[in-house]
Amino acid sequence: MPKPMEEYRVKDLNPGNVIDEPGNAQVYHTGDWKSQRPVWNEQKCIKCGVCWNYCPDNAIMRKEGGYFVADYEYCKGCGICAHECITQCITMVEEVV
Amino acid sequence: MGKRIGMEVSLMVSEAVKLADVDVIAAYPITPQTHIVEHLSELVADGHLDAEYICVESEHSAMSACAGSSGTGARTYTATSSQGLQLMSEILYIVSAMRLPIVMTVVNRTLSAPLSIWNDHSDIMANRDCGWIMIFAESGQESFDQTLCAFKIAEDRRVSLPVIVNMDGFILSHVIEPYQPVEEEVVRKFLPPFDPLYTLHPDKPVTMGAFAMPELFTETKMAHEIAIRESYAIIREVWDEWGKLTGRRYVPVEEYMTEGADTVFVTMGSYGELGMEVVDRLRAQGKNVGLVKIRLFRPFPYQDILASLSQFKNLLIVDRALSVGGVGGPLTSEIKTALYRLEKRPNVFSFIAGLSGRDVPPEKFIEMYEEAMEGIKKNQWDEFTMVGVRQ
Repeated sequence: MPKPMEEYRVKDLNPGNVIDEPGNAQVYHTGDWKSQRPVWNEQKCIKCGVCWNYCPDNAIMRKEGGYFVADYEYCKGCGICAHECITQCITMVEEVV
Repeated sequence: MGKRIGMEVSLMVSEAVKLADVDVIAAYPITPQTHIVEHLSELVADGHLDAEYICVESEHSAMSACAGSSGTGARTYTATSSQGLQLMSEILYIVSAMRLPIVMTVVNRTLSAPLSIWNDHSDIMANRDCGWIMIFAESGQESFDQTLCAFKIAEDRRVSLPVIVNMDGFILSHVIEPYQPVEEEVVRKFLPPFDPLYTLHPDKPVTMGAFAMPELFTETKMAHEIAIRESYAIIREVWDEWGKLTGRRYVPVEEYMTEGADTVFVTMGSYGELGMEVVDRLRAQGKNVGLVKIRLFRPFPYQDILASLSQFKNLLIVDRALSVGGVGGPLTSEIKTALYRLEKRPNVFSFIAGLSGRDVPPEKFIEMYEEAMEGIKKNQWDEFTMVGVRQ
């Protein structure tokens, strides 16, 4: 698995910065980027899966009972799920650190 | 060695690409590069060259297709000129940082406006920081030789960088010159099949061209800088090997008739041949004049330039491009930077000549010499001179 970026020295880099370890992007937690997080109102959710389908980061999962939840380690808070949601059951809530 | 024959220089370059047995050519025709890619297209269509010829809709696409092709491990070639190189510019920086060993001929032509199809170095100078190795050929035979050497330099695993071979549009590209062919077996031994470090293949997946955060970007640039600096030794190795095989020896900075010279012309590209003729004439008149030809432009051979140019009193540097609003010619600027570390610096006269293919006969070089000598007498000269400009 890769080191944190700030630990790499010039000599540690592959020529052309080729990444020869498939799938190692998962150690990079892009969820740090978000300023808003999606929150589902399960009273209004019809379990259609449009949010899951549209998420560009595959960061939405179906949980027990058929409702949806975001993996906040990877969710960048882009808001596409909230925009696409048919019943408008997703609200983007300000991320408080 | 076969018999020497006359051949158009563009066709010599196509022959070199054929001998290099390239796998993929992606190119878009533009004057004065056209004859090279037209001939390659014929060679592929007629079955003389087993390669994929991709007809693209622009130079931006040509270089993008080359990036993908080289990434799979295919030996890849393209050629362009002028506006075409500008349209490629975005991808030039990408393939060099991705260390894809593509070889490209740039048949140097002016950048518009005004629209002009003729020769100068404004196209390549606009892209001088794109991170490619850059070589300037002086003659037709050298354009052929450097094309073959370029593949060997680029694909060497210690280098793994793309290479541009520059040749002056029309002055070289459309002229019939003597051509000494090289046998296929000689090239086969000289240039082994491309054995890339990484390839795009599902059996061993890799990511090429990923993004980098600011925490990593500086290190990636330094790695690129180190790679191109270190390529200098391999370039010399390859040229030495080619010299042993063919008797045609190339060095990054070449001197002509410099013994006892106090004044030298400094040129790049086809001015080298003109310069030799001028030096012969001036020497016949008893003038202590020589010539220094710069063949390797990137990596810029600082040490060789210092070692050579520090011997002389006066440098007459002839540029084929103007850095508008800058300080004259781009080659002069870089040489001046190299000279700064000397305690006793030579006088530098910067001449900008031959823009948009304006004819530069030997007499113009002699005028430059006289102007410089006059300047020394008066101890006053301009930062640069636009040769022959009507004011």
